[in-house]
Amino acid sequence: MEAVGRVKRIAGPVAHATGLKANMYDLVLVGEEGLMSEVIGISGNKHIIQVYEDTSGVKPGEPVKETGGPLMAQLGPGILTTIYDGIQRPLPLLAERSGDFVSRGIFVDGIDHKKKWEFMPTVKKGDVVKPGQTIGTVQEQLLIKHKIMVPPRHKGGTVKEIHSGNFNVEETVCILEDGSKLVMLQKWPVRVPRPVVKKLPPTIPLRSGQRVIDGFFPLAKGGTAAIPGGFGTGKTVMQQTLSKFAEVDVVIFVGCGERGNEMADLLHEFPELIDPKTGRPLMERSIVYANTSNMPVAAREASVYTGMTTAEYYRDMGYDTMMTADSTSRWAEAMRELASRLEEMPGEEGYPAYLSARLADFYERSGRAEILGGGEGSISIIGAVSPPGGDFTEPVTQGTLRIVKVFWGLDTKLTQRRHFPSINWLESYSLYDKDLEPWFTENVHPDWNKNKRRAMAILQENAELEEIVMLVGSDALPEEQQLTLEVARMIINYWLAQSAFHPVDCTCSFKKQFDLLAATLKYRDYAFDALQRGVSVEQITSVPSKDALAKVKLEEDYEPVLQKALDQMESEFKVLR
Amino acid sequence: MAKEYKTINEIAGPLIFVEKTEPVGYGELVEIRTASGEAKRGQVLDTSDEIVVVQVFEGTGGLSKESAVRFTGDVIKMPLSPSIIGRVLSGSGRPRDGGPAIVPDVEREIIGAAINPAQRAKPRAFIQTGISTIDGTNTLVRGQKLPIFSGSGLPHNDVALQIARQAKVLGEAESFAVIFCAMGITNEEAQHFMADFERTGALERAVIFLNLADDPAVERLLTPKLGLTTAEYLAFDLDMHVLVIYTDITNYAESLRQMGAAREEVPGRRGYPGYMYTDLATNYERAGIIKGKKGSITQFPILTMPGDDITHPIPDLSGYITEGQMIVSRELHRKGIYPPIDIRPSLSRLMNSGIGKGHTREDHRAVSDQLYAYYAEGVDLRGLAAIVGKAALSERDTMILEFADRFEKRFVNQGRDEDRSIFETLQIGWELLAELPEAMLTRIDDKYIKAYHPKYASAAKAEAEAPKK
Repeated sequence: MEAVGRVKRIAGPVAHATGLKANMYDLVLVGEEGLMSEVIGISGNKHIIQVYEDTSGVKPGEPVKETGGPLMAQLGPGILTTIYDGIQRPLPLLAERSGDFVSRGIFVDGIDHKKKWEFMPTVKKGDVVKPGQTIGTVQEQLLIKHKIMVPPRHKGGTVKEIHSGNFNVEETVCILEDGSKLVMLQKWPVRVPRPVVKKLPPTIPLRSGQRVIDGFFPLAKGGTAAIPGGFGTGKTVMQQTLSKFAEVDVVIFVGCGERGNEMADLLHEFPELIDPKTGRPLMERSIVYANTSNMPVAAREASVYTGMTTAEYYRDMGYDTMMTADSTSRWAEAMRELASRLEEMPGEEGYPAYLSARLADFYERSGRAEILGGGEGSISIIGAVSPPGGDFTEPVTQGTLRIVKVFWGLDTKLTQRRHFPSINWLESYSLYDKDLEPWFTENVHPDWNKNKRRAMAILQENAELEEIVMLVGSDALPEEQQLTLEVARMIINYWLAQSAFHPVDCTCSFKKQFDLLAATLKYRDYAFDALQRGVSVEQITSVPSKDALAKVKLEEDYEPVLQKALDQMESEFKVLR
Repeated sequence: MAKEYKTINEIAGPLIFVEKTEPVGYGELVEIRTASGEAKRGQVLDTSDEIVVVQVFEGTGGLSKESAVRFTGDVIKMPLSPSIIGRVLSGSGRPRDGGPAIVPDVEREIIGAAINPAQRAKPRAFIQTGISTIDGTNTLVRGQKLPIFSGSGLPHNDVALQIARQAKVLGEAESFAVIFCAMGITNEEAQHFMADFERTGALERAVIFLNLADDPAVERLLTPKLGLTTAEYLAFDLDMHVLVIYTDITNYAESLRQMGAAREEVPGRRGYPGYMYTDLATNYERAGIIKGKKGSITQFPILTMPGDDITHPIPDLSGYITEGQMIVSRELHRKGIYPPIDIRPSLSRLMNSGIGKGHTREDHRAVSDQLYAYYAEGVDLRGLAAIVGKAALSERDTMILEFADRFEKRFVNQGRDEDRSIFETLQIGWELLAELPEAMLTRIDDKYIKAYHPKYASAAKAEAEAPKK
C-alpha cells in the first residue's frame, strides 16, 4: 500500500479525495471498509474516483488507500466455468463470505490461488522463450488445455529451470537465465488491449448454427455484430442461442445491467446443456460476468473490459473466443450516469461526448489475429443494443452501427407472430458477405452464394407483393406472383424459422442449411416449370411433398428424409398437368 | 445524542443545504425539527467537508434557516416484526391506521443489497391467476416481476386486484402475503383497493403503504423501498410467498424527475434523470427466489403509460428490466371486453420454465403459440377487411378473421370474479382451435391433437364409455 488520501466529498458512486499520488485509472480503496474504486479524473490536488460498490455511510475524512496500479484482471487456470461480478470477483465466493446478498468491501481473488494444477512444460532448459510464448500447459477442463505463457510485457529469455508437477498459480514454474521467475498467474490492466502480432482479415465464417445468420447474414471469425431490438424482441434468447451453438472454443458472456432472474436461468441451464460438438457441458467452455441492473453502476461500466481481457487471454492461447455483451446500452448508460455525476458537458441525449470513441475502442479489441506465441486466435463480439422505444436513431445504436460489420435487426412484428429467430431479413446486413463467399464456395457447396442470392431476391419480391396484397388481396395477383408468395412463405417458414428450444432444430450444420434451402428452390423450379405447362396454382401448391419439406429440418438424420421428399416431389410434378 | 445544527444555508425545493458540519456519511438518515416543533426526515444526497445536501421526504414546507438538523449517523432502516402484517403505514413507513409504532425484531436498511445472481434460484412454480390471457398465453411464475402497462381510464386496478385475489400455486397451501404500495394515487383509488382487500379478507395478510396524491412527492421515492424491504423480510426470514403490487410507477418516476431537477442534474430523455434505469432496477430486481430459502417475491408493478405511449421512457425502461409485460388495451376495453389484455404485445419471459409437463400440461406451449399466431394474423386481417371488404377475403383469411373475433369474446373475455383453472383455459383454447380445419394447426404436434383436440377427445371418451353400455 502506498500513499493514503482523504475523502473530501461523496455523492452516489463518485467520490473526491485529496492527498493521493495515484495515476489515472488506478485502483484505490475508499473509506474504512476499503471499497473498490477507480481514479477517473485528476483536478488540482483532487482525485475524482468512481466507486464500484454502494457508498452509503462513507464520510468525508475517511481514508483512501492506493494499490499502486490500475484495475487488473487475474488470468490463469481456473477462470473457465466461473461466474463473476463486473470486477472479476467470483460470485459464489462472495456468497460464501457475505450470504445471499452482495455486501461491500470484500476483496477476493479472481482465481483460486491455493488450488494446485498439474503443469506440463512444453519447453526445456536452454530454450529461448519470447513474450506470449507457451512454456507449458495445464488441463483446465477436460477439453480445454490452458496454455501458460510468458506474459506479453515480459522480455523473455533463456530457460534456466522448468519443472513439471503440481503447482498453485503463485508458485514459480520456470526460472529464466536473467533470474526472472515465471508463475502461472498473470495480471493485466483491463482497459488496455493485450498485444498481438497483427490482425488478420475476416475470411472464415463463424458457424452459429442459425440458418438466418449463417445463410443470409454470416459473422466472420473475429467479427463484430450488433443485435439491436426493443424489449421483448428476443435479443437475450438470440445471444444465449449463439453462446450455446456458435463454433468457438471459449464463450465469455457478459450480463451487463440485465435481469437477475435471467442470469439465474442461464446459470441453471448452462451446466446442463451439452455442447453438441463435444458432448461436454457448455459451462466448461464458458465464463460468465453477471452484473445485474441493481448492482453498482461503476462495476457495470468496468464489466465489459474485464470480460474482454479474459477473452483476449484465451485468444492469446490460440483459441477462438466469442464475447457476448448483453446489453451494451446498459454499459453506455453507466457511462452516462457517471459522466453526469462528474458534471461533464453532455453530448447527444445526455451521453458523454466520448461515447462513440469508447464504443469503437471496445469493438476494436475483436478480430482474428496472429498471436505473439505464433498461430492464430480470434475474438468475435456480439453486442446487444437496447434502443429506447425501439428507436434506432438514438446515439448508442448509431454509434454501434458505425463500427460493427454485421447488423441483425430484430423485429417486433415477427416476434408477435412467434417467428424466431426474429431477425428481419430485409433490414439486416453483413459486410463480411463478400469476404466469406470464397470460403463457402470452397468448403460447403459451389452454389451456396447463388442460392442465397436467389432466396433473397424472392423475399425481396415477396415484400413488394405483400404491400399490394394488403390493398387488393392475393387472389387479384397474376399466377406467377401468387406462386412467388407461396415460395417465399416456404423459405420463411421452412428455412428461416428455427426453434431455439427444439432438440434437433436448435442448431443446423452448413451442409444441412444448404440442402434445405436448395430443396425449397428446387420446388420453385418445378413449380414455375409446371405453371408454364399450364398447371394451376392450386394444384402446384397442394402437392403433398411440399408439406413433407416442412418437417425435414426437425430430423436429426435428415438426408434420407429429404431425399425421399425430393423424389416424391419429382414424381408428383411429373404427373401434374 | 448526535449534535444538532442550525446551519441551513439554502432551501431549494425538496433540498436543504447544511453548512459547517462534522463529517456526515453519504445516504445517512437526517432528522429535521422546524421552529414549530414539527419533525421531518431526510437523507444525505451529497456530502463534503463544506456542505451537505439533504433531501427532505416530507417536503420542505415550514422549514427555515432556523430549523434544527440532526444527522443520525445511520442509514434509513425499516423496523420489522411479524406483527407488521395487517398494518397500514404511510409512504414513509409511519403508522397510518392509528395503531402503535412497530416494535422491531429487526431493522433493515431500505436500500437493499443486490441478490447475488449466483444465489438466485430459477423461478419455475406456475402461478394460476384464473385469468386466461395470463395463465394461457402469458404465464406467470413465482419470483417473476410482471408489470401491467396501462393507460389512464382503463381497468388495470381491477385486473391487479383480481390477480391478488385469485393467484395460487396449484396443489399448495402455503403462507402468503400481499404488500401493497400506493404511490401518488388518489384517495378514491386507494379506497377501492382497501375495500376490496377488506371484502376478500386479504387485509389480514397484507401490509399496506399509502402515499396518496396529496402526500409529499419525495416520500414516494421511499415507498417502494420500504415495501420491498418488508417483502424481503417476510419472504426470506419468515418463509412467506409475497406478492407485491405497487401503483403507480409513473408517479414514482415523476418524483424522480422532480428530484433530479431540484438537484440541477443533467437530464436524460424527456427530462428524466439518466440513472432512472438503475433506480427502477433497484426496485424491480428485488423480486426473485433465493436458493435454499422457502419464500419468494413476485412483483406486479402497475404503470400508466402517458398518452398510451409504450415508447415513453417509463414503460420503456421498465420493459427492459421486468420479465415481460401485460398490456391493457384501450381498444379491447372499448369493445367491452374484460380483462382488456392485448396478448400480442404482452409477454411473459419466464413462461417457458413454468409450463408444460409437470407444471401445467404438455400441450400448453403449442396451444398458446397457435392461438397467438392466428389471433395476430386475424387482427392484421381486420385492416385488410376494412379496405377490401370481408367478401373479398379468401376462405382461409375469413376463417382466421372470425377466429380472432371469437378469441376475444371467449378466451380473453371473462368475469371479474371468474376464476378459470388452467385446464378450463386450455379447453377454451382447444374449442376455439377446433373450429379451424385440423390441417391449419401447424404448430401443434400430432400427438397433442390426438390427445386433446375436442374431436378426438370426445371420440376417445365415447369409446371409453361404450363398453359400459
